[in-house]
Amino acid sequence: MSANPELDALINQKLDELLPQKLEALLREREEAKTPSMTIIATKGTLDWGYPPFILASTAAALGWDVTIFFTFYGLQLVKKDISDLKVSPLGNPGMPMKMPFGPDWFKSINWNIPNVVQGNVPGFEAIATSLMKQTISNNGVASLTELRELSQEAGVKFVVCQMTVDLFGFDHADFIDGMDYVGAASFLPVAQKADVNLFI
Amino acid sequence: MNFDRELDARGLNCPLPILRAKKALGEMSSGQVLRIVATDPGSVKDFAAFAKQTGNELLSSAENNKEFEYYIKRK
Repeated sequence: MSANPELDALINQKLDELLPQKLEALLREREEAKTPSMTIIATKGTLDWGYPPFILASTAAALGWDVTIFFTFYGLQLVKKDISDLKVSPLGNPGMPMKMPFGPDWFKSINWNIPNVVQGNVPGFEAIATSLMKQTISNNGVASLTELRELSQEAGVKFVVCQMTVDLFGFDHADFIDGMDYVGAASFLPVAQKADVNLFI
Repeated sequence: MNFDRELDARGLNCPLPILRAKKALGEMSSGQVLRIVATDPGSVKDFAAFAKQTGNELLSSAENNKEFEYYIKRK
């Protein structure tokens, strides 16, 4: 304790005034100097659900972020060597518009309301839906999944793969593209903990 | 406006114009200007955000005849 209570009071008052400003300035400086980071858990293995992880990862990398994608369960399909055969299923997905990518505008604007019972029982329905979607993707100038994956890797996005699900589904490392680490949840979580953005897709 | 390099992003959709621009800027030197032409209406806000986040200056952003023209100066 100081012998001068008045001086103590004055110091305290000054500190109360100055500290918040100082702290805010320091925090702002730190925030601006920090490289933003994102981790994505990719769990889906269909043509449509393959897009969000690669679009967000490649764009974040273009913005200068550090990005890691953790591929697990059906997300493993996205890192197989050849992903040109991924499919989309309209079955059980009432949110998916069923429109034709060709013909006159009035025809293209029709949303075909095809009941699930038909979708599930007509052989080859999924193959047709997939080829129509691919046509729509290319008509709209949207990149192919393979292209987005390559762009992500070129831009430095880190790909990590869940070894447990590789074993579970009977895959081999040779089934997958190069340049990936095979890890477990315990390796991924500390990376996710430090990231500014965490997405489960 | 003068520019050092041009990127034709017409017909490309999100996120390709941004990815191509980033790549082109990466191959340019500091102070050089990249001209981009795009048709994706979403690219207006995207290029503004891209410039803000990466520190490359968006010198101008204009629309004429459903085409969008951007000039970005490499940081």
